[in-house]
Amino acid sequence: MTALLDASSLVLLAIGALFFAAGTIGLLRFPDVYTRLHALAKVDTLGLGCVLLGLALQADNLAQALKLLLIWPLVLAASATVGYAIARRAQQISMRPWRGDDA
Amino acid sequence: MTTILSAIALFLIVNLLATLWRVARGPTAADRMLAALLFGSTGVALLALLARLQNDASLIDAALVLALLAAVGGLAFAERAWREIRDDDRAA
Amino acid sequence: MILAFDALLALGLVWCAWRALSVRDLTHAVVQFVVFGLLLALAWARLAAPDIALAEAAIGAGLTGALLLDSLRASNAGAAPSPSGADIAVPTSNLAGAVRLAVWAAAVVVGAALLLAIATLPPPLIDLRAQVAGALGASGVSHAVTAVLLNFRGYDTLLEVVVLLLALLGLLACRGEHDPVATAADAPAEPLARALSRRATPVLTLTAVYVLWAGTTQPGGAFQAAALLAATAVLLHITRIVPAWERLGFARRLGAAAGVLLFLGIAAALLAEGALLRYPPAYAGSLILLIESGLTVSLALILAALFLCQTETQ
Repeated sequence: MTALLDASSLVLLAIGALFFAAGTIGLLRFPDVYTRLHALAKVDTLGLGCVLLGLALQADNLAQALKLLLIWPLVLAASATVGYAIARRAQQISMRPWRGDDA
Repeated sequence: MTTILSAIALFLIVNLLATLWRVARGPTAADRMLAALLFGSTGVALLALLARLQNDASLIDAALVLALLAAVGGLAFAERAWREIRDDDRAA
Repeated sequence: MILAFDALLALGLVWCAWRALSVRDLTHAVVQFVVFGLLLALAWARLAAPDIALAEAAIGAGLTGALLLDSLRASNAGAAPSPSGADIAVPTSNLAGAVRLAVWAAAVVVGAALLLAIATLPPPLIDLRAQVAGALGASGVSHAVTAVLLNFRGYDTLLEVVVLLLALLGLLACRGEHDPVATAADAPAEPLARALSRRATPVLTLTAVYVLWAGTTQPGGAFQAAALLAATAVLLHITRIVPAWERLGFARRLGAAAGVLLFLGIAAALLAEGALLRYPPAYAGSLILLIESGLTVSLALILAALFLCQTETQ
């Protein structure tokens, strides 16, 4: 049982780390604010979610596991709102989105 | 297990430092703030990892607090700091 | 492998600190500072100081970041367009090359001397950790940091809170005549953020109470809880649910001073029994919790006032 928990925890942590990397690469490579927001969303949702779930499987007791899992919905709500607020503000100050035909 | 956790922590902090490039480079203020928000989320993951590595459950509290307050910082930026459009901000 | 982690963390800290001081664009500098705060929270975690990591996450990353970002609007309102934000060159300085070289050399020498001094420190004469552990039973709480802050060195904490109160008084005194900063009163409040802050308020308040209560047995305490409560107020203000505090009324002034007055009152009452702030062991735990609760309320009001006490245009 412990071996199964450890194995699934490792798999989840690896997947989470992968999504973190994907988000960082996206932030570095995408051409404008709007697209970079998309990259950031991957980190907050899947990256953090997988890492927290993986760590929760290794927690010492149920309370710790629940506390770890509690972080995730809060981050989801916060990141969605902040992402929307930034995108809305970007549009309000007339920031042009990137078009593929820009050289 | 500990080695793998340390490896993942190391991987995440390399990610973190890579984000600094966007903070330095990002042509607009929003890009820099997005990088700071990525910092926040990665920091939450790192604190939770360190809680497991150092067997210190209180770092989970720190991760929770960080998650909550990074949102406040992000909203402060979107609503307050980002006022004027400057000529250099207009380009994508 | 954890050594590589620490090395990268230290490198990141130095880099962010340097950039925060050297970039010309203020928004850029503030973001570098916020990022520095986040790295610092990780550093405290690595140094096995979870109380400070908690405080740094709450105050450094969240509250100070919001405060600095908010103060940017005063500079943005009248700012001329800055040079391109993609500029990462070191700003030119007026010092001649030889002088700069001398300054660098001096900095390196002092740094090396400090490192050498730290590496060859003699062992401490008093084993503080053992002493604290020995006296922890009679202190009223079971967490060493809280015991030191509120019991063994309670006098220091009392004066620290007075200093924060003085900071508030300084703010109130200085802001009297400045021109009100134009807000985006024309832009309607953003509904999604408002909904979030309404729903986040009970969560934040509950977390603050938890952190305060947890301070007796694990890392936590009044400062961190107060930072969380102040962040709640800041969030509500940013999303235009709570208006700015144009005048600090009697109730808020009393609230801000209440923690200090409570602490002083208890200290004075104990003076009658012997020394200042010598808690009777039977009541030590309850007294500490009482003082911490008062401090939380006061500090939350003071920290929130640093952000909310501004005049806005009509």
